[in-house]
This record gives sequence, structure tokens and C-alpha cells, in this order.
Amino acid sequence: MLQANQVVKTYGSYTALNKLSLTVPEGSIYGLLGPNGAGKTSFIRIINQITMPDSGEVLLDGKRMTENDVFNIGYLPEERGLYKKMEVGEQAMYLAQLKGLTASQAKKELRYWFEKFEIESWWNKKIEELSKGMAQKIQFIVTIVHKPKLLIFDEPFTGFDPINTNLIKDEIRQLNNGGATIIFSTHRMESVEELCDHIALINKSEKILEGKLSDIRNAYRSNTFRVGFREDVSDLLGTLPPDFRLIGTEQADGLTEATFTLADHLQPNSLLKLLADKHQIYHFEEVIPSVNDIFIQKVQAA
Amino acid sequence: MNKTSLVFKREFLTRVKKKSFLIMTIVGPLLLGSLVLAPLILATIPEGPKTIVVVDEAALILGEKGNDKYQFAYLPAKEFDLEKAKDFFKVSGHDALLYIRRGETGDPHWVKDHSAIYGKSDISLSLQGYIEDLMETRINQQLLLREGISPEVVAQSRVNVSLATFSIDEEGEKASATGTKMIAGYLGGILIYFFVFFYTSQVMRGVIEEKTNRIVEVIISSVRPFQLMMGKILGVGAVGLVQFLIWVVLSSAIYAVGIGVIFKDKLTPETVMSQEGMKEAVEASEGMQFVESMDAINFPVVIGGFLFFFIGGYLLYAALFAAIGSAVDNETDTQQFMLPVTIPLILGIVVTSKVVEDPNGALAFWFSIIPLTSPIVMMTRLPFGVPMWELGLSIALLILGFIAATWLAARIYRVGILMYGKKPTWKEMFKWMTYKNG
Repeated sequence: MLQANQVVKTYGSYTALNKLSLTVPEGSIYGLLGPNGAGKTSFIRIINQITMPDSGEVLLDGKRMTENDVFNIGYLPEERGLYKKMEVGEQAMYLAQLKGLTASQAKKELRYWFEKFEIESWWNKKIEELSKGMAQKIQFIVTIVHKPKLLIFDEPFTGFDPINTNLIKDEIRQLNNGGATIIFSTHRMESVEELCDHIALINKSEKILEGKLSDIRNAYRSNTFRVGFREDVSDLLGTLPPDFRLIGTEQADGLTEATFTLADHLQPNSLLKLLADKHQIYHFEEVIPSVNDIFIQKVQAA
Repeated sequence: MNKTSLVFKREFLTRVKKKSFLIMTIVGPLLLGSLVLAPLILATIPEGPKTIVVVDEAALILGEKGNDKYQFAYLPAKEFDLEKAKDFFKVSGHDALLYIRRGETGDPHWVKDHSAIYGKSDISLSLQGYIEDLMETRINQQLLLREGISPEVVAQSRVNVSLATFSIDEEGEKASATGTKMIAGYLGGILIYFFVFFYTSQVMRGVIEEKTNRIVEVIISSVRPFQLMMGKILGVGAVGLVQFLIWVVLSSAIYAVGIGVIFKDKLTPETVMSQEGMKEAVEASEGMQFVESMDAINFPVVIGGFLFFFIGGYLLYAALFAAIGSAVDNETDTQQFMLPVTIPLILGIVVTSKVVEDPNGALAFWFSIIPLTSPIVMMTRLPFGVPMWELGLSIALLILGFIAATWLAARIYRVGILMYGKKPTWKEMFKWMTYKNG
């Protein structure tokens, strides 16, 4: 779907992107993750042709992007807003037409979305008369009204209230099911983990990791398990065989949770057997690293 | 539809639909029309004569009744000395007190040095002038009589000179109308200044609005920054142009109607024939002189020039103001950047007073050639007539000027609109211009 090859972007002496290459598969929900200032927004602005790369190229469906490709992209920037003094309908019509729709197409599509969100009565109101949550709905509609194949959301859930966040997450899933490719860019990695199937980690202008989220997680599994007890287990902790390492314990709601890392050749059942002999086990689960953990691990390793 | 024209349409329509536009469009010509008509109307309103009480020890002007503006009433000099006269004047309904003293010998030179006018407030210049004239004439006569010149000769020696002025060019000779041209020059310069300033700051405010509303990135994901900037500049400019054209039409209508109403009943033969009517007709004809002298101005050139210099000056400054707007986060931050850009505009207005005095001097020439000041100063010169080559040079340089300004502004604009939260310096803005691709 979207492919970046060796993209370089500098501002004066500052390098925002250093030979960034990545591939966004067709139909994926792709997380572009990294701390603030990593270069995510610089890259997204290049995809949207707001700025041009100094070198390298971005391909859409295998072809170099042209000016008309912005009609195939829906972009919700991090710094977003609407004309406060303009009427909702007029404004939505304007933005839809800028995305290549004719006036009549724009009207038809907007009517569909306004009916779906049950906000037809807002058409002649000014944005400044609406609440923040209402304005966010309009903002979302104008981002997707032209049915883009590629949707890009930069820090999508900051500033959205929880109800709108869920509404928009649902809509995004539906759009994805309808065939649209989605790119999320955020520094709050946990906020999109449940949505994404692919991710790329970016730090200090460079990509440090990319791939299918499930593959990456598998690669970063460390044979670590969390076990819940209801009784005092301190006797056990001093007497563990060398292949079983206790990482930590936590007390919560009368439950003691202990986390163990096993030597690579051991299976989880060996831990179960060792513990079940002496204590009742209330829950047992594998500790799968969060993207945040993977990121920290990766940055520290570098 | 072309994106620049979509932006243009929005900028144009949202502004034209505002109430403030409607009000400005209607009130503007009323103000402008009344600015021209008010002095004419005032000139034709008959004013009650002012009365001056006179104590004339020297019998210098005794017997003089005054004219229709000032009338004299005399107190006997034997009964009123200066103090008594002042006391009388204070409680009387008269407007001024003229005290002419005689001295020991009645020497006219002594008289002129020891006479004075007293008023309840400041004495108007025209009253002072009128009385000085009167006394000068009488003293003159007395001096001549003393030298033995016969009273008839003295009476005949009074003459009044008022020269007619003409300007001659290839087309023949016209009654020259320097005063009217000065007014037209001033008005043209000030109008350009006002229009350019008003509409370019609207461009700047529009750019800042898009930044503070955070909509700018939403828009430039579908429109090139240059298209957005040009759409805005042209859209706002079109609003200005439409407003100006409405002003021209409305002002001319108000002017024509106004002139008709003021002078209609005063120029009919009957009123001119009647003795009372004579005086009014003379006054009215002073107004008519002004109206006729308007013909001395080449209106097609002046209005055409206004359109060009408004558009040119507007485009030049609009680009610069758009760049400033893009670089800042809010209007208060614009001050430090506005000043250097507006100095040429203000300079242009400042020199117009010199330019109308000497419309073909070196000062006028240079300021009307240099693009930043040329819109205002050339506009001031136009009613006086400007050599073709100077006009051509000025136009060519202004076109080059706004192309350069637009290029420069576009390079700052594309970077500036995406910068949030920091107040840039001149140095940084200069650095933005060197960025390769925005």
C-alpha cells in the first residue's frame, strides 16, 4: 500500500528523518510509534505532501506519489481545528471539496454521516456554538468524508472525550473492515496497542523496529509468567531451584502475585508443578511484553 | 474545481457576507461624499453678521458700516475711554470691541500701533484681517491726503487684483485648479494607504486565525501552502476591489445628487436678477468653480491608476503581511515584525504633504518610483499629471516588487504556518527561507 524508501528530511542542521524505510501493508492498522520529537509527524507530513523529502521516495500502490494522491488520503493532524466563525455545513462542504469531491457528492456524503451521527440539526450552527465534543465529531467526519483508501491519524485520542474515543475507534474499525488502510501515529503506545496489527518504532529520526505486532511480541517473549496465590508464599521464594528466577512480588486485593522467569529450555508446566506441590494457584498467565516495554528494551540495548 | 479558486471563493464569500462589510460599504461613501460636500454646504449657509462695537478716537473708520459678515456699531469717543468701553462690551451682546486711539497729534503711525481688538473669546483671523485691511486703507488715504493728493485720486487709487490662472499643454489651455488637484492628490494617497493597510491586515489576521484555530494543517493536507496563501490574498483583495467600486459608484451618485440639491435653486435666472439673489449667486459660483475645477483632473487616468496602484500595493504588502501572520501565534506577537514593514507605508503618507506642494520634485519622483512607497506617492502625483515614462517605470517596478515579495513570503509562509508555540526571530525567519522543501 504505502512504501517509504530511504526518506531523509532535514531542517537546517537538524535531521528530522534519517534514511527512514518502512512498508505499510494494504488493509492493515499500522502504528507509527515513538516518543515526541522522534520524527513521526515529519514523516506523516511527507506522506501528505505538506513537505517534500530531501531525498528518498514515498510510493503509494507502487507508484511515486503525485499531487492528486491527497484525494486518496484522509488526515487528522495532531494540531487540528476548524474555522470557529464558519457554519458547520458550509465548512464541511468546503473541506470536502478541497479533497476533490464535487459540491453534489460532498453534500450527499455529508448528509450520510450527519444522519449516522444524528447531528443534522447542527448544519447551520457555527463551530463556536458547539461543544468541544461536538466539534470533534465534525472534525472526524471531514477527515473521512471523501472515502480515502489511506487514513492517517496523528495522536488521534488526545483531546477526545471517552465517548467520542470509543465512537471513533468503532468507526475506524468499520472503515478498516471496508478496506481502508489506517496509520496511527502516537507517543502513547498503550492507546493503540489493542487496535494495531502492524507497528514501527521510531526513535531519534530512525526506525528501530518494524513488523507484525504478534510477531514482534513473540520475538520479545522471555519465558516469564505471573502466578496468583491467596496465602503466604515467602517460604517458597527462598528455596527456588537455579533455573527458576523470581523477578518480583505484588500484593493486591488479598492476592499475592509473583513473577518468574524460566530458563530457556523449561516449559511453563515445570513451574506449575514446582508451585502446585506446595500452594494453591489461583491464576497463571504468561507475561507478554507491552510495546512500551519492547521500545524501552530496544532503546536501552542500542 | 481548482483549489486556489475554492480558497478564493471561501475568503471572498465569508467576508462579503459579514455585517461589517455591508456597513463599511454604505457608510464609506456617505463619509467620503460628505467630506467633499460639507465645505460646499457650509460655504452656502448664510451666517448672521457679527457685530463689532467701535470706539474711534481718531475718526479713522467712523461711518463705515461693515459688510454682511461684520457690522460696526459706534460709541461716542468722548464718553467712553478704554475701561468704560470694556465694561460696556462685557455686558453687551456684541462680538468684539475695536478701540482706535488718537494720541497727542493724531499721527496715523501712532494710531496703528496703539489700537486693539478685544473679544469675549479668541478673535477670528478673518475678522482681524478684515479690520486690518480696513485700517490700512484708511491710514493709506490719510497719508496720501496729507501729502496733498486730491481726494478723488485717492478714492480712485483703490484697486483689487485677483488673477485668473491657466495651465497650458498640448490639448490647449484649461483653467488650472491647483487647489482641487491638491485635494484629489491627498485623497487618492490617503485612500490607497487606507485600503492597502486595511485589507492587508485582514490577510494577516486571516492567516493568524487559521493558525490559532489549528485548521491550517487540515487544509494544507489538501492544498499547497502557496495555493492557500494566494487564494487568501486574492480573495481578500477582491473584497477590497468590490468595496472600492461600490464606493466609487455610490460616492459619485451622492456627489451628483448633492451638487444638484445645493445649487439648483440658487442659479435660476430670477434669483440672479433679484438684488438679494445676486449675493447668493456669487457665493454659489465659488462652489461652482470648485465643481468646474474637478474637470481639470483626468479622471480615467486617476481612477485607472488607483485601481492599478491599489492592486499592486495591496499584493506587495499582502504577501509580506501573510508571511508575518504565518510566523506568529497571535496578533500581539506581530508588533515587532509589523513596524519595519509599515514604515514605508507611513513614510509614503508623511511625504504626501510635500508632494502636493511640488508634485514633480526629486522627493516626489523617487518616492513614486520605489515600489514600497510608490502606490501612495504616485497616487498623490497622478491628479497633477505625470510623465508617461515615470508612470511606466513605477508600474514595472511595482510589478517586480510584488513578484519578489510573493516569492519571499511564500518561502516563509510554508514553514511558518506549521510552527507553533515559539516566537520566531528575524534570523530564524531568514533561515526558513533557505529550507529546501519547506
